[in-house]
Amino acid sequence: MKTAWNDLRAVVGAGHVRAGSELDAVDVFIPQMVVEPANAEEIAHALKIATDAGLRVIPCGGTTKRDWGNPLRHDGQSGELILSTRRSNRVVEHAWGDMTATVEAGCTFQQLQKTLAEHGQRLALDPLWPERATIGGILATNDSGPLRIRFGSLRDLIIGITLALPDGTLAKSGGKVVKNVAGYDLPKLATGSLGTLGMITQAIFRLHPIPRETRTLSFASSEGLTSGRESLHDLVLAIQDCNMVPTGVQMRAASSPTENELHEVDVRFEGTTAGCEAQIEQTLRMASGARRIEAPADVWNARSTLWTGVEPSAICKFSLVPTEIASFLGLIRKVSRSPSLHWRLVAQAVGVGLLRLEGNDNATLLSALEDLRKQVESRGGSLVILRCPLEIKSKMDVWGSASDALPLMKSIKARFDPRGTLNPGRFVGGI
Amino acid sequence: MEARILDQFRAIVGRGLITETSQLHTYECDGLTNFRVLPQAVLLPALTAEVQAIVQICQREKIPFVARGSGTGLSGGALPVDKGIVISLARMNRILEVDLLNARVVAEPGVINADVTQRVAPHGYFYAPDPSSQSVCSIGGNVAENSGGAHCLKYGFTTTHVLALEVVLPDGSIVHLGSRALDRPGYDLPGIFVGSEGTLGIATKVVLRIVKKPAVIQTLLAAFNTTEEAGAAVSGIIGAGMLPAAIEMMDNLAIQAAEASVHAGYPDCGGLLLVELDGPAAEVEHLIEEVSAICTQCGAWEIRVAQSEAERAVFWKGRKAAFAAMGRISPNYIVQDGVIPRTALPKVLSEIERMSAAAGLRVANVFHAGDGNLHPLVLYDGRIAGQEERAMELSINILRLCVQCGGSITGEHGVGEEKKMMMGEMFAEPDLATMQLVRCAFDPEQLSNPGKVFPRTRFCAERTGPYQPHPLEVAGVAQFF
Ligand SMILES: Cc1cc2nc3c(=O)[nH]c(=O)nc-3n(C[C@H](O)[C@H](O)[C@H](O)COP(=O)(O)OP(=O)(O)OC[C@H]3O[C@@H](n4cnc5c(N)ncnc54)[C@H](O)[C@@H]3O)c2cc1C
Repeated sequence: MKTAWNDLRAVVGAGHVRAGSELDAVDVFIPQMVVEPANAEEIAHALKIATDAGLRVIPCGGTTKRDWGNPLRHDGQSGELILSTRRSNRVVEHAWGDMTATVEAGCTFQQLQKTLAEHGQRLALDPLWPERATIGGILATNDSGPLRIRFGSLRDLIIGITLALPDGTLAKSGGKVVKNVAGYDLPKLATGSLGTLGMITQAIFRLHPIPRETRTLSFASSEGLTSGRESLHDLVLAIQDCNMVPTGVQMRAASSPTENELHEVDVRFEGTTAGCEAQIEQTLRMASGARRIEAPADVWNARSTLWTGVEPSAICKFSLVPTEIASFLGLIRKVSRSPSLHWRLVAQAVGVGLLRLEGNDNATLLSALEDLRKQVESRGGSLVILRCPLEIKSKMDVWGSASDALPLMKSIKARFDPRGTLNPGRFVGGI
Repeated sequence: MEARILDQFRAIVGRGLITETSQLHTYECDGLTNFRVLPQAVLLPALTAEVQAIVQICQREKIPFVARGSGTGLSGGALPVDKGIVISLARMNRILEVDLLNARVVAEPGVINADVTQRVAPHGYFYAPDPSSQSVCSIGGNVAENSGGAHCLKYGFTTTHVLALEVVLPDGSIVHLGSRALDRPGYDLPGIFVGSEGTLGIATKVVLRIVKKPAVIQTLLAAFNTTEEAGAAVSGIIGAGMLPAAIEMMDNLAIQAAEASVHAGYPDCGGLLLVELDGPAAEVEHLIEEVSAICTQCGAWEIRVAQSEAERAVFWKGRKAAFAAMGRISPNYIVQDGVIPRTALPKVLSEIERMSAAAGLRVANVFHAGDGNLHPLVLYDGRIAGQEERAMELSINILRLCVQCGGSITGEHGVGEEKKMMMGEMFAEPDLATMQLVRCAFDPEQLSNPGKVFPRTRFCAERTGPYQPHPLEVAGVAQFF
């Protein structure tokens, strides 16, 4: 193992290998080393050294989502290291005429958007913590926000990828053109794989223009999203079932000490002034029963506010078909009634959202989560725990039950990472 | 094929087993008719369980199989393989469920693409991927090829619209990839299955996403003297921050062929653009004016905006018929499917013109201009000795040109049998070896459509090697892409 550390120093430079500290902990686990290669070749090389020496590798970008996933499986014998993309952070090319951009994994989302904005373009995605989150980390966790209703998620925006495999192979797939069906679509396979197949070193995206005009409308109801004759949930469904093209439709809800939960809905339109205005008018007509409110500042970033509050807490990502959101709210209400839990959620109309649960102790949180997951899965959805106390993580798989495709996923993992170098145990079904 | 095995097949599909040579000929090729292989047998299952039972026998007896939809593929994807059978999904053609509130449709693989839209149109929805062959091609074939169409510029390709699949894997097991709800935890298996050209198993059920029809659609036709001028207009439109539903271009030869065949009433010009905008009325009305102004600035001398649904259909008729129309102006032709970064269009078109003159063969150009997907049609006369070979060479050289410009050898037709030798020009050896890892995970014995897509068969026991630079990188032509 000692020679491996020396080899790593030789590849990335001694100044870019340091001992892990508490600040680098993944859950509570402190890796021995943190290695920061400068580019794709160094990343691939470092991976190979680690694999050959039987070391485990935790890929890392901006560290904003470092705790996502199950606890690392470690045997106490093999060493572990963080391989950081932080230094490999260039926007390699902005082909604005072609509306594509090539970017290294360690580039922060904000930096990328700033560069693209110089030519009036953007990556049409709104991930969490854009100032710190890196492209590699956003891809590995498949994070997406409200823009999804119009532009899809990362799988619809990524067109090319370079992956460093545990054996040191650097492999490209996809390309620089939006339309391309040559070979298997590895960009999609890598998206959301939590760094378990290879390290993303570079990605290519299709871009969209920055809209000429953006307008947001917000509505509130204290009767609840789902009750009342003209419920906000019905409004959300109706907006999706008409021919308007919003670029955000989200519901915000929270438990309340009094009986009346407060529910809010935000709708956003982008495009020409005339187009926005016509759609706003149409929405106001449809929402004649709802109370219009001033849109809170930064409302499209509401997801990130779920990360602060009373502890202990658990933050989950849920996914259901859109019509099930109403009954999901009913479920939350039920599991949080006795013993009493507080909750807040931000749900996108497409059926994906984040939920924060706050409890008095871990045990009540755990049983509420188990209950909710059972119900969500029985409706064909999923409930993934993004953050919770370690005690809960050790008792409950954060991903939920895997489908009958788990053996297939495991065999993909075994082909890409036969020695189990990358993030062992942290992904679905113990992958 | 041994009688013992045929008996087993017959026990599964009864009269859905074809072994008569005269009938087998129907299945010896797909839309790319210059490759032909006679299959040992063709099976037409009606249920997932039957597909599974067939594949289990193939697995046990090591018989390679090729799935087939409507056989309209243009890269030899459904071409039978030596000593193999064809599994036709044509009988599995039911739409199983329509869930309008969630905009989902569950279809069997043999459902015809256009039938999905027809089914949901009364409710104001449509199925967005619209290959020109949509009135005949199947959802299963679309899934396998990740098919596109004119409107994919705005709406995305098949992969954007497939949420989940039921698949019979080459080992005979049934698995469910993805889910009706988004973001199922785990690897994005629908993402990897869509576009895998029948090499990872057989799709037996597909959950599709449907889209609400836009409030209004407006289609504009503009005539330019040259394709360069038309290309400049495309750049102008995109540069102005618009995302039209479709931007299609045709050159003079393609226009002549379309006119001869369907009389679309196109102006006789050097470059024709069809631009379709859709969305809220207030927006479309405003933007169509802008498009019109950009076209005029770039030299358009005739601009028409379709005034009715009927007129719009006529605008599209010529474009959709363009491939078939080539028969009117040439005895034979080869369709290609290269992609280039849109900005390389003027350079590539003039280079194609030069290559065409050098080869002494005419090339007609039809393309999805918005996303840089070219369909050069190389015209030749197969009765003249040597012309076919020269036409093949020219079409391959056009693809090389696309790769050199940072593009791709295929935008929607797939690699199949036809372009597998070109894969090595677009990807380096480690890239292909890595894709092969996926193949080996799904199909370690390579029974599902073997020999397609990849330039050589690689045994799944082989390991990948370390990074080697791509030939184009060494030559300094391209960096990582
Ligand atoms: C005139 C014409 C115009 C065309 N225009 C377009 C166009 O605009 N855009 C475009 O993208 N394509 C176009 N095509 C090509 C072709 O129509 C598409 O590739 C289509 O998706 C093929 O569907 P199919 O049902 O005919 O499949 P087939 O040709 O039968 O098969 C295609 C591939 O799919 C596999 N396959 C079929 N069913 C399954 C299944 N259930 N599970 C797994 N694999 C399966 C086969 O093995 C094969 O590899 C055109 C073709 C023609 C002839």
